[in-house]
Amino acid sequence: MTDQNIFMAISAFLRSFLGPLLGNDLTDMVMYGAGLLGVIIFIFTNAVILVLMERKVAAFMQSRLGPNRVGPWGLLQTVADTLKLLVKEDYKPHKVDTWVWALGPALLFIPAIGAYAVIPFDYQAVPVDLNIGIFYFIAISSLSTLPFLMAGWGSNNKYSLIGGMRSVAQMISYEVPLIFSLIGVIMLVGSLQMSAIVEAQHRIWFVFLQPVAFVIYVIAATAETNRTPFDLVECEGEIIAGPFTEYSGMRWAMFFLAEYANLVAVSAIATTLFLGGWQPLPLPGALGDLMAFIPGWAWFAAKTYFMIFLFMWFRWTFPRFRVDQLMAFGWKVLIPLSLANILVTGVGIYLYRMAIGG
Amino acid sequence: MVNEWIYAGAFYGLAALTLLSAAGVVFLKDIVHSALLLAASFIGVAGIYVLLNADFLAAVQVLIYGGAVAILIAFGVMLTRRPHMKETNANNRWVVWGAFTAAFTFAICGWAIAFTQFKPIDATPAQVTAIDGIATQLLGDFVVPFEAAALLLTVALIGAIILAKGAKEA
Repeated sequence: MTDQNIFMAISAFLRSFLGPLLGNDLTDMVMYGAGLLGVIIFIFTNAVILVLMERKVAAFMQSRLGPNRVGPWGLLQTVADTLKLLVKEDYKPHKVDTWVWALGPALLFIPAIGAYAVIPFDYQAVPVDLNIGIFYFIAISSLSTLPFLMAGWGSNNKYSLIGGMRSVAQMISYEVPLIFSLIGVIMLVGSLQMSAIVEAQHRIWFVFLQPVAFVIYVIAATAETNRTPFDLVECEGEIIAGPFTEYSGMRWAMFFLAEYANLVAVSAIATTLFLGGWQPLPLPGALGDLMAFIPGWAWFAAKTYFMIFLFMWFRWTFPRFRVDQLMAFGWKVLIPLSLANILVTGVGIYLYRMAIGG
Repeated sequence: MVNEWIYAGAFYGLAALTLLSAAGVVFLKDIVHSALLLAASFIGVAGIYVLLNADFLAAVQVLIYGGAVAILIAFGVMLTRRPHMKETNANNRWVVWGAFTAAFTFAICGWAIAFTQFKPIDATPAQVTAIDGIATQLLGDFVVPFEAAALLLTVALIGAIILAKGAKEA
């Protein structure tokens, strides 16, 4: 485990540069601003990569041609897409509820960015290491239902409204198993602090101790981000594009930026809670030393992208659920299963303590 | 010095957000707008909790109150059957009585605040690890009442579902 990493080096450099100029208080403020800017750049960079990656993965999964004309290997496809979105006409449909309609996509971005405040990107590289970290994440991500509903309601379109209503039903239902699946990990660690959760996986990743919770988390997170097979909010056969129907250009792009931001966030949380965060693969002997040589942020990025790839794999392999099946699956399968997981974890911890004579 | 300015600015900003959106909840005619402003008001209160270093309370406020507004809007939209949403918040005929009650309440509160002897207290900051205390209390000392309350709520939930579905189907 290295005590020094790239984030700390950058932060120390900035501080040494700004400190004499601005004094302590202002430097702290500027550092917070720099952290926020870093997170926003991180989100946009990821979104740019993911727009391309989604199509490449789709092409790979379904053996068809992905983007391959714009630039080498189609790498500039995202640039072309962005340009197209920026120059599109920004129309406003007749009789929309103007403020609600216009604020929807903008507000959707706040919980998406806010969620990144507690994600530990590397050793001691957490924007804000709250001692209620994971609880904060749950609270802030519960807010992302409202903008969807605002977009659906404000658009003055019945399909959009149905989409908005479905997003409320779906996101609220699947939030319960999502939270319950995290409780197993929290019980093992005894802390809600993200850095403590990562430290606790020094020996063994929680995906091996909590496999059921991991599966429940992945399913519920897919539903929370409204991605296939749970994308009933926008499924084109039934309700066109749901809440996004009446948006164009940049407003429409905000929805997709937020979707990708959320996708990265839930993947990062899965990495932190189940895959050991920035910790290297715990292998014995020289192989372990070799693994520890790779920097923490690289481990974190690799694991996060593995999770993103998993979510994309789901999207292009599984057929879509029906709306009643979706609700029944959430309430009748996932919630009892996650409750059982909590019970088994509790009994397991009790037995373990008895075994080691505590 | 700078920190105090920022703190004061944040407090007044959040207070303005909370109070203005609370006023909007009452005065707007459209029930969906009212509900959305209610969410803004709740989030403003959560921000004030953050300024007071009550992180846990703020997160609870956002999770429980902020999240629940979405359901409130869903019910509001489904249950109000008016052709125009602009008049879904019903008018109150008892404006005079309402104004009188509000003025009376305000007068009592003002009187209480004006005549209370506020004593300066020792400015010991609240415990940073308050959540540890909550955890041991809730899951250790008071685990049985906590579980009983949870069970009671589940029973009530199932009962509500059976009542809503109708006895014959259930």
